[in-house]
Amino acid sequence: MEIVSLNQISPDQVIIWSWGFITLNVTILYTWLVMAILLVISWLATRNISSEMNVSRWQHFLEVVISVVRGEISEMTKKGADNYIPLIGTLFLFICTSNVLVIVPGFVAPTSSITTTASLALCVFIAVPYYGISRNGVFHYLKEYFQPNFIFFPFHVMGEISRTLALTVRLFGNIMSHEKVVGILLAVTPLLFPVIMQALGLLIGVIQAYIFAILSMVYIASALSAEEEHHVHVEVKKESVAT
Amino acid sequence: MDSVSIVALASIFAAGLAMGIGSIGPALGMGQAIAQALAAIAQQPDERNSLTRTLFVGLAMIESIAIYCFVISMILIFANPFWGHFVKVGG
Repeated sequence: MEIVSLNQISPDQVIIWSWGFITLNVTILYTWLVMAILLVISWLATRNISSEMNVSRWQHFLEVVISVVRGEISEMTKKGADNYIPLIGTLFLFICTSNVLVIVPGFVAPTSSITTTASLALCVFIAVPYYGISRNGVFHYLKEYFQPNFIFFPFHVMGEISRTLALTVRLFGNIMSHEKVVGILLAVTPLLFPVIMQALGLLIGVIQAYIFAILSMVYIASALSAEEEHHVHVEVKKESVAT
Repeated sequence: MDSVSIVALASIFAAGLAMGIGSIGPALGMGQAIAQALAAIAQQPDERNSLTRTLFVGLAMIESIAIYCFVISMILIFANPFWGHFVKVGG
Protein backbone atom coordinates (compact mmCIF):
# COMPACT_ATOMS: atom_id res chain seq x y z
CA MET A 1 0.00 0.00 0.00
CA GLU A 2 2.75 2.40 0.92
CA ILE A 3 4.25 3.74 -2.27
CA VAL A 4 6.98 5.90 -0.82
CA SER A 5 8.57 4.12 2.12
CA LEU A 6 9.62 5.96 5.23
CA ASN A 7 13.33 6.01 4.47
CA GLN A 8 12.94 7.68 1.07
CA ILE A 9 13.05 11.44 1.27
CA SER A 10 11.48 12.13 -2.11
CA PRO A 11 8.95 10.37 -4.36
CA ASP A 12 11.38 10.95 -7.24
CA GLN A 13 13.28 7.87 -6.10
CA VAL A 14 10.36 5.54 -6.79
CA ILE A 15 10.50 4.69 -10.47
CA ILE A 16 7.44 3.00 -11.92
CA TRP A 17 8.45 2.50 -15.52
CA SER A 18 11.57 3.19 -17.51
CA TRP A 19 12.48 2.80 -21.15
CA GLY A 20 15.95 3.81 -22.23
CA PHE A 21 16.69 7.20 -20.77
CA ILE A 22 13.01 7.99 -20.22
CA THR A 23 11.93 7.26 -16.68
CA LEU A 24 8.50 7.71 -15.18
CA ASN A 25 8.59 8.28 -11.44
CA VAL A 26 5.81 8.72 -8.92
CA THR A 27 6.09 12.52 -8.90
CA ILE A 28 5.46 12.85 -12.64
CA LEU A 29 2.60 10.35 -12.54
CA TYR A 30 0.75 12.12 -9.75
CA THR A 31 1.43 15.55 -11.27
CA TRP A 32 -0.31 14.29 -14.39
CA LEU A 33 -3.14 12.98 -12.24
CA VAL A 34 -3.65 16.36 -10.55
CA MET A 35 -3.49 18.10 -13.94
CA ALA A 36 -6.08 15.70 -15.30
CA ILE A 37 -8.41 16.29 -12.35
CA LEU A 38 -8.13 20.07 -12.75
CA LEU A 39 -8.70 19.82 -16.51
CA VAL A 40 -11.74 17.57 -16.19
CA ILE A 41 -13.32 19.75 -13.51
CA SER A 42 -12.82 22.95 -15.48
CA TRP A 43 -14.07 21.27 -18.67
CA LEU A 44 -17.19 20.07 -16.85
CA ALA A 45 -17.74 23.50 -15.36
CA THR A 46 -17.31 25.49 -18.55
CA ARG A 47 -19.03 23.00 -20.88
CA ASN A 48 -22.37 24.78 -20.92
CA ILE A 49 -21.53 28.09 -19.32
CA SER A 50 -24.22 30.74 -19.31
CA SER A 51 -25.01 34.18 -17.97
CA GLU A 52 -28.70 33.44 -17.37
CA MET A 53 -30.42 33.18 -14.03
CA ASN A 54 -30.05 29.42 -13.52
CA VAL A 55 -26.46 28.39 -13.85
CA SER A 56 -25.10 24.95 -13.13
CA ARG A 57 -23.56 23.98 -9.80
CA TRP A 58 -20.11 23.59 -11.32
CA GLN A 59 -20.24 27.07 -12.74
CA HIS A 60 -21.21 28.47 -9.33
CA PHE A 61 -18.30 26.63 -7.77
CA LEU A 62 -15.77 27.92 -10.28
CA GLU A 63 -17.15 31.46 -10.08
CA VAL A 64 -16.75 31.45 -6.30
CA VAL A 65 -13.15 30.25 -6.57
CA ILE A 66 -12.25 32.83 -9.19
CA SER A 67 -13.92 35.71 -7.38
CA VAL A 68 -12.08 34.85 -4.16
CA VAL A 69 -8.72 34.74 -5.95
CA ARG A 70 -9.49 37.95 -7.82
CA GLY A 71 -10.52 39.71 -4.60
CA GLU A 72 -7.31 38.72 -2.84
CA ILE A 73 -5.14 39.83 -5.76
CA SER A 74 -6.86 43.16 -6.27
CA GLU A 75 -6.60 43.90 -2.55
CA MET A 76 -2.88 43.30 -2.82
CA THR A 77 -2.12 45.27 -5.96
CA LYS A 78 -4.82 47.96 -5.55
CA LYS A 79 -5.21 47.65 -9.31
CA GLY A 80 -6.84 45.31 -11.76
CA ALA A 81 -6.31 41.62 -11.07
CA ASP A 82 -6.98 40.20 -14.52
CA ASN A 83 -3.34 40.13 -15.61
CA TYR A 84 -2.28 37.96 -12.70
CA ILE A 85 -5.18 35.54 -12.32
CA PRO A 86 -3.86 33.01 -14.87
CA LEU A 87 -0.54 32.58 -13.04
CA ILE A 88 -1.52 33.04 -9.39
CA GLY A 89 -4.81 31.18 -9.68
CA THR A 90 -3.18 28.23 -11.41
CA LEU A 91 -0.45 28.03 -8.79
CA PHE A 92 -3.02 28.14 -6.00
CA LEU A 93 -5.35 25.58 -7.55
CA PHE A 94 -2.56 23.13 -8.41
CA ILE A 95 -0.88 23.28 -5.00
CA CYS A 96 -4.19 23.23 -3.13
CA THR A 97 -5.51 20.23 -5.06
CA SER A 98 -2.36 18.21 -4.67
CA ASN A 99 -2.13 19.03 -0.95
CA VAL A 100 -5.76 18.26 -0.18
CA LEU A 101 -5.77 14.96 -2.08
CA VAL A 102 -3.20 13.63 0.41
CA ILE A 103 -6.06 12.21 2.49
CA VAL A 104 -6.89 9.80 -0.35
CA PRO A 105 -5.03 6.56 0.43
CA GLY A 106 -2.37 5.77 -2.13
CA PHE A 107 -1.99 9.34 -3.29
CA VAL A 108 1.46 10.88 -3.06
CA ALA A 109 1.41 14.67 -3.20
CA PRO A 110 3.62 15.87 -6.04
CA THR A 111 4.46 18.89 -3.89
CA SER A 112 6.30 16.62 -1.45
CA SER A 113 9.08 16.36 -4.04
CA ILE A 114 11.59 19.19 -4.21
CA THR A 115 11.65 19.08 -8.02
CA THR A 116 7.98 20.07 -8.26
CA THR A 117 8.26 22.93 -5.80
CA ALA A 118 11.49 24.12 -7.42
CA SER A 119 9.84 24.27 -10.82
CA LEU A 120 6.84 26.16 -9.40
CA ALA A 121 9.18 28.63 -7.72
CA LEU A 122 11.12 29.02 -10.99
CA CYS A 123 7.86 30.00 -12.69
CA VAL A 124 7.51 32.81 -10.14
CA PHE A 125 11.20 33.71 -10.57
CA ILE A 126 10.63 34.21 -14.30
CA ALA A 127 7.22 35.83 -13.89
CA VAL A 128 8.55 38.66 -11.68
CA PRO A 129 10.78 40.29 -14.36
CA TYR A 130 8.19 39.46 -17.02
CA TYR A 131 5.43 41.42 -15.33
CA GLY A 132 7.83 44.13 -14.20
CA ILE A 133 9.21 44.70 -17.69
CA SER A 134 5.86 44.47 -19.43
CA ARG A 135 4.47 47.13 -17.11
CA ASN A 136 7.35 49.53 -16.59
CA GLY A 137 9.73 48.81 -19.45
CA VAL A 138 13.23 47.34 -19.31
CA PHE A 139 14.96 50.49 -18.16
CA HIS A 140 12.71 51.20 -15.20
CA TYR A 141 12.75 47.57 -14.15
CA LEU A 142 16.55 47.38 -14.21
CA LYS A 143 16.82 50.73 -12.43
CA GLU A 144 15.18 49.17 -9.39
CA TYR A 145 18.24 46.94 -9.00
CA PHE A 146 20.50 49.95 -8.56
CA GLN A 147 18.46 51.65 -5.82
CA PRO A 148 19.62 53.50 -3.74
CA ASN A 149 23.01 53.21 -5.49
CA PHE A 150 25.00 50.70 -7.51
CA ILE A 151 26.61 49.04 -4.47
CA PHE A 152 23.26 47.40 -3.73
CA PHE A 153 23.09 45.53 -7.04
CA PRO A 154 24.53 42.20 -5.72
CA PHE A 155 22.20 42.32 -2.71
CA HIS A 156 19.14 42.73 -4.92
CA VAL A 157 20.24 39.79 -7.07
CA MET A 158 20.94 37.69 -4.00
CA GLY A 159 17.52 38.58 -2.62
CA GLU A 160 15.83 37.38 -5.81
CA ILE A 161 17.64 34.04 -5.69
CA SER A 162 17.24 33.46 -1.97
CA ARG A 163 13.51 34.17 -1.98
CA THR A 164 13.06 31.66 -4.80
CA LEU A 165 14.96 29.14 -2.70
CA ALA A 166 12.83 29.99 0.34
CA LEU A 167 9.63 29.51 -1.69
CA THR A 168 10.90 26.11 -2.83
CA VAL A 169 12.04 24.80 0.52
CA ARG A 170 9.04 26.11 2.45
CA LEU A 171 6.43 24.23 0.44
CA PHE A 172 8.58 21.10 0.11
CA GLY A 173 9.48 21.04 3.81
CA ASN A 174 5.91 21.50 5.00
CA ILE A 175 4.34 18.81 2.85
CA MET A 176 7.21 16.33 3.15
CA SER A 177 7.39 16.78 6.92
CA HIS A 178 3.67 16.16 7.23
CA GLU A 179 3.98 12.90 5.28
CA LYS A 180 6.91 11.74 7.40
CA VAL A 181 5.21 12.67 10.67
CA VAL A 182 2.08 10.73 9.74
CA GLY A 183 4.21 7.76 8.72
CA ILE A 184 6.09 7.77 12.01
CA LEU A 185 2.88 8.18 14.04
CA LEU A 186 1.33 5.24 12.16
CA ALA A 187 4.19 3.10 13.39
CA VAL A 188 4.00 4.38 16.98
CA THR A 189 0.31 4.98 17.80
CA PRO A 190 -1.70 3.42 14.99
CA LEU A 191 -5.32 4.12 15.86
CA LEU A 192 -6.42 7.66 16.58
CA PHE A 193 -3.47 10.02 16.44
CA PRO A 194 -2.72 9.79 12.70
CA VAL A 195 -6.31 10.84 11.96
CA ILE A 196 -5.86 14.04 13.95
CA MET A 197 -2.57 14.70 12.19
CA GLN A 198 -4.26 14.13 8.81
CA ALA A 199 -6.90 16.72 9.70
CA LEU A 200 -4.14 19.13 10.68
CA GLY A 201 -2.41 18.30 7.40
CA LEU A 202 -5.44 19.42 5.40
CA LEU A 203 -5.27 22.79 7.16
CA ILE A 204 -1.52 23.06 6.59
CA GLY A 205 -1.89 22.14 2.93
CA VAL A 206 -4.49 24.80 2.19
CA ILE A 207 -2.57 27.43 4.16
CA GLN A 208 0.64 26.60 2.33
CA ALA A 209 -1.11 26.89 -1.04
CA TYR A 210 -2.50 30.27 0.06
CA ILE A 211 0.91 31.41 1.26
CA PHE A 212 2.62 30.34 -1.94
CA ALA A 213 0.11 32.27 -4.05
CA ILE A 214 0.17 35.34 -1.79
CA LEU A 215 3.97 35.45 -1.62
CA SER A 216 4.36 35.16 -5.37
CA MET A 217 1.83 37.97 -5.73
CA VAL A 218 3.84 40.04 -3.23
CA TYR A 219 7.02 39.47 -5.24
CA ILE A 220 5.31 40.41 -8.50
CA ALA A 221 3.72 43.47 -6.89
CA SER A 222 7.14 44.59 -5.62
CA ALA A 223 8.45 44.54 -9.19
CA LEU A 224 5.45 46.63 -10.29
CA SER A 225 5.84 49.26 -7.62
CA ALA A 226 8.01 51.66 -9.63
CA GLU A 227 6.17 54.47 -11.40
CA GLU A 228 2.98 53.43 -9.70
CA GLU A 229 1.27 56.80 -9.50
CA HIS A 230 1.71 57.50 -13.19
CA HIS A 231 0.16 54.18 -14.22
CA VAL A 232 -2.69 54.45 -11.75
CA HIS A 233 -3.47 57.83 -13.22
CA VAL A 234 -3.48 56.45 -16.76
CA GLU A 235 -5.64 53.51 -15.73
CA VAL A 236 -8.23 55.69 -14.08
CA LYS A 237 -8.45 57.69 -17.29
CA LYS A 238 -8.89 54.52 -19.33
CA GLU A 239 -11.62 53.23 -17.04
CA SER A 240 -13.55 56.48 -17.16
CA VAL A 241 -13.39 56.35 -20.95
CA ALA A 242 -14.58 52.75 -20.95
CA THR A 243 -17.54 53.48 -18.73
CA MET B 1 35.09 3.03 16.34
CA ASP B 2 35.50 2.99 12.56
CA SER B 3 34.83 6.02 10.42
CA VAL B 4 31.42 4.87 9.14
CA SER B 5 29.94 4.59 12.62
CA ILE B 6 31.44 7.96 13.57
CA VAL B 7 29.66 9.50 10.57
CA ALA B 8 26.41 7.79 11.53
CA LEU B 9 26.68 8.90 15.15
CA ALA B 10 27.52 12.49 14.24
CA SER B 11 24.74 12.69 11.64
CA ILE B 12 22.00 11.46 13.95
CA PHE B 13 23.24 13.61 16.83
CA ALA B 14 23.49 16.69 14.62
CA ALA B 15 20.04 16.09 13.16
CA GLY B 16 18.50 16.05 16.63
CA LEU B 17 20.43 19.12 17.70
CA ALA B 18 19.54 21.04 14.54
CA MET B 19 15.86 20.37 14.99
CA GLY B 20 15.84 21.01 18.73
CA ILE B 21 17.87 24.20 18.86
CA GLY B 22 16.63 25.47 15.53
CA SER B 23 12.99 25.44 16.54
CA ILE B 24 13.48 27.56 19.67
CA GLY B 25 13.85 30.84 17.82
CA PRO B 26 10.96 30.42 15.37
CA ALA B 27 8.70 29.23 18.21
CA LEU B 28 9.38 32.37 20.24
CA GLY B 29 9.00 34.56 17.16
CA MET B 30 5.73 32.99 16.05
CA GLY B 31 4.30 33.24 19.55
CA GLN B 32 5.17 36.92 19.68
CA ALA B 33 3.71 37.55 16.22
CA ILE B 34 0.44 35.77 16.94
CA ALA B 35 0.04 37.50 20.29
CA GLN B 36 0.55 40.91 18.69
CA ALA B 37 -1.81 40.09 15.83
CA LEU B 38 -4.54 38.92 18.22
CA ALA B 39 -4.18 42.10 20.24
CA ALA B 40 -4.43 44.15 17.06
CA ILE B 41 -7.53 42.25 15.90
CA ALA B 42 -9.12 42.74 19.31
CA GLN B 43 -8.51 46.46 19.05
CA GLN B 44 -9.60 46.85 15.44
CA PRO B 45 -11.91 44.02 14.36
CA ASP B 46 -12.70 45.83 11.11
CA GLU B 47 -9.13 45.41 9.89
CA ARG B 48 -9.27 41.66 10.43
CA ASN B 49 -8.76 40.70 6.77
CA SER B 50 -5.59 42.61 6.08
CA LEU B 51 -4.23 41.75 9.54
CA THR B 52 -4.81 38.06 8.97
CA ARG B 53 -3.18 38.13 5.57
CA THR B 54 -0.13 39.96 6.86
CA LEU B 55 0.02 37.56 9.80
CA PHE B 56 0.03 34.54 7.51
CA VAL B 57 2.74 35.96 5.28
CA GLY B 58 4.84 36.83 8.31
CA LEU B 59 4.31 33.45 9.89
CA ALA B 60 5.42 31.80 6.66
CA MET B 61 8.61 33.85 6.72
CA ILE B 62 9.34 32.93 10.34
CA GLU B 63 8.37 29.33 9.88
CA SER B 64 10.71 28.84 6.95
CA ILE B 65 13.67 29.04 9.35
CA ALA B 66 12.37 26.04 11.26
CA ILE B 67 11.67 24.34 7.93
CA TYR B 68 15.30 24.85 6.88
CA CYS B 69 16.42 23.12 10.08
CA PHE B 70 14.00 20.29 9.43
CA VAL B 71 15.14 19.81 5.84
CA ILE B 72 18.77 19.77 6.93
CA SER B 73 18.10 17.16 9.61
CA MET B 74 16.14 15.08 7.06
CA ILE B 75 19.10 15.30 4.64
CA LEU B 76 21.46 14.26 7.43
CA ILE B 77 19.36 11.21 8.23
CA PHE B 78 17.98 10.05 4.87
CA ALA B 79 20.24 11.48 2.18
CA ASN B 80 23.58 12.07 3.87
CA PRO B 81 26.13 13.06 1.21
CA PHE B 82 29.09 11.88 3.33
CA TRP B 83 27.60 8.48 4.02
CA GLY B 84 28.16 6.99 0.55
CA HIS B 85 31.67 8.43 0.39
CA PHE B 86 32.74 6.85 3.66
CA VAL B 87 31.11 3.52 2.85
CA LYS B 88 33.00 3.49 -0.46
CA VAL B 89 36.33 4.44 1.15
CA GLY B 90 36.00 2.32 4.24
CA GLY B 91 34.56 -0.66 2.38
